[in-house]
Amino acid sequence: MADLSVDLCGIRLDNPVIPASGTFGYGYEFADYYDIDCLGTFSFKGTTRQPRFGNPQPRIAECTGGMLNAVGLQNPGVDRVISEELPRLAKVFHKPVMANVSGFSVEDYAYTCRKLDEQPQVGWLEVNISCPNVHGGGMIFGTDPDAASSVVRAVKAVTAKPVIVKLTPNVTDIVAMARACEAAGADGISLINTLQAMRIDLRTRRPLLANITGGLSGPAVFPVALRMVYQVSRAVRIPVVGMGGVSSAEDVIEMMLAGASAVEVGAANLADPFACRDIIAALPGTMEKYGIQDLRDIIGGAHG
Amino acid sequence: MEQGIFTVIENAPIAPGTYRMVLACDTPPVTAPGQFVNIRLPGLFLRRPISVCDAEGDRLTLLYKTVGRGTEQMAAMEPGQTLEMLTGLGNGFTLADGGKTPLLVGGGVGAAPLYLLAKKLVAGGARPHVALGFNRADEVFYTERFAALGADVTVATADGSVGVKGLVTDAMAELSYSYVYACGPEAMLRAVWERTEGDGQFSFEARMGCGFGACMGCTRETVNGPRRVCRDGPVFRKEEILWRT
Ligand SMILES: Cc1cc2nc3c(=O)[nH]c(=O)nc-3n(C[C@H](O)[C@H](O)[C@H](O)COP(=O)(O)OP(=O)(O)OC[C@H]3O[C@@H](n4cnc5c(N)ncnc54)[C@H](O)[C@@H]3O)c2cc1C
Ligand SMILES: Cc1cc2nc3c(=O)[nH]c(=O)nc-3n(C[C@H](O)[C@H](O)[C@H](O)COP(=O)(O)O)c2cc1C
Ligand code: FES
Repeated sequence: MADLSVDLCGIRLDNPVIPASGTFGYGYEFADYYDIDCLGTFSFKGTTRQPRFGNPQPRIAECTGGMLNAVGLQNPGVDRVISEELPRLAKVFHKPVMANVSGFSVEDYAYTCRKLDEQPQVGWLEVNISCPNVHGGGMIFGTDPDAASSVVRAVKAVTAKPVIVKLTPNVTDIVAMARACEAAGADGISLINTLQAMRIDLRTRRPLLANITGGLSGPAVFPVALRMVYQVSRAVRIPVVGMGGVSSAEDVIEMMLAGASAVEVGAANLADPFACRDIIAALPGTMEKYGIQDLRDIIGGAHG
Repeated sequence: MEQGIFTVIENAPIAPGTYRMVLACDTPPVTAPGQFVNIRLPGLFLRRPISVCDAEGDRLTLLYKTVGRGTEQMAAMEPGQTLEMLTGLGNGFTLADGGKTPLLVGGGVGAAPLYLLAKKLVAGGARPHVALGFNRADEVFYTERFAALGADVTVATADGSVGVKGLVTDAMAELSYSYVYACGPEAMLRAVWERTEGDGQFSFEARMGCGFGACMGCTRETVNGPRRVCRDGPVFRKEEILWRT
């Protein structure tokens, strides 16, 4: 029997497959469709200190091999996530969950992380310093190594749980960002968030998204993501969670060969609600095909 | 929500640029009036949401207008070809509130979900009045089918080539009704909403990432806070609706 289990910052995952933040809600809705306990874990919708409506409509556009979103971090705010969403999740998911957090100031991040740190359901904090769709701050933390370090230090000071910092690909030097986060005390790095992109409606001659730009994700970004996971995982000692365009068991294996200890799946869940269940089911057969007994053996296998 | 593979039985135009597709599935789709399906099409990343026009036994009928790549791909399909889709999506219309003589208002292809609604209302003992708005006489469809269900039908065309000249709301002026069900372009929904004194239910569209509640791509602001068109809608009650100014 193939061994699918991996370790992520000291917590064992039954398999490396993790639905990515923003594509799996707060989880329980997918429990109507399949038993979500089959997942390694999942990362819930980006949560902020205050409730957010997000951006105006339209927020979604399509492109060849993927999609653009400009949801803009719609979420009910950390207090209601704790009082309403997590109790609902507890009924259908019996593993530690990854809490995805966003903010507009260092204090915001620390405030939200401190509250989520108190929740026994939360295994890891995934600190998103990379949302391209919110104005007034958000992304500065992901593009400036000093700003990123200050967020990481502030969050580490308020939690004992592993802190995984989620990076944006919209930078010149992704490795410098990852190194800065590691030096500031991050326990892991996850990447990539979406790539800043846009579409124009030929009929109206105006941008399709009300926000003008949105974040590109889906199969189209896979090679870019893979390259960044490869570069970052060679440069840091902490575990890397790879994502961007993953939609098959082959993609999971390729991400792990590039250096990912675990793999998140985003847009694929939207095109097919059963994507993660089916990827997990396909993993043992795919491992056998490529002569893999234990997934842990292949992490960074392509580094040479 | 369920996932199914459907076989195309019929697929033909019913007006210029508007098609009727009848599909069959091994397991009858569980669906209610006002719900929609989300169709996976080869080569396209996102699914295409289309309202259920009729569902009877193992048969499902969709009406669609060709507006872009996805709907054009659907128009080119032949009987015998298959489509993978998610069914039973959205909340659908609530039948119980409509009373004896509800008014059903449709604009263009927005007429589609009103058909199964009218059918179920008639089965429940009501006598719905259906008011449909189109641009021109040759774009009119489904009026005989609505009449055959036992509904009264009024048509409005923008150019006056058939029925009342003007918008569907002009046709409404001549009708008395206490409850309205509406589906069509947002400008039409708003006009109907503004001239309706009684209660009603309105079915909305939105660009969708998933169609089943996962992505927050389709959210509208309502009186009760943000709501997902795909999961909390597409049907909203009159008193919940907020309009963008
Ligand atoms: C709940 C719901 C029910 C619908 N029911 C019907 C119906 O019964 N008959 C019908 O003809 N049309 C219906 N529509 C609209 C239909 O979904 C779009 O016309 C269709 O998705 C266009 O796809 P395309 O590839 O041809 O166009 P493109 O413009 O090439 O599509 C590009 C992207 O934009 C999206 N999109 C474009 N127009 C719309 C729109 N008006 N609403 C939502 N998404 C859109 C597409 O889904 C796709 O993701 C419904 C929409 C919703 C949300
Ligand atoms: C609709 C949508 C919403 C997203 N929301 C968030 C979010 O709230 N927080 C976050 O860290 N990433 C968010 N993301 C980014 C994804 O988690 C992921 O990093 C990205 O989409 C790349 O993976 P993919 O190509 O598999 O989708 C969102 C992505 C999508 C498509
Ligand atoms: S389209 Fe994804 S939540 Fe409605």
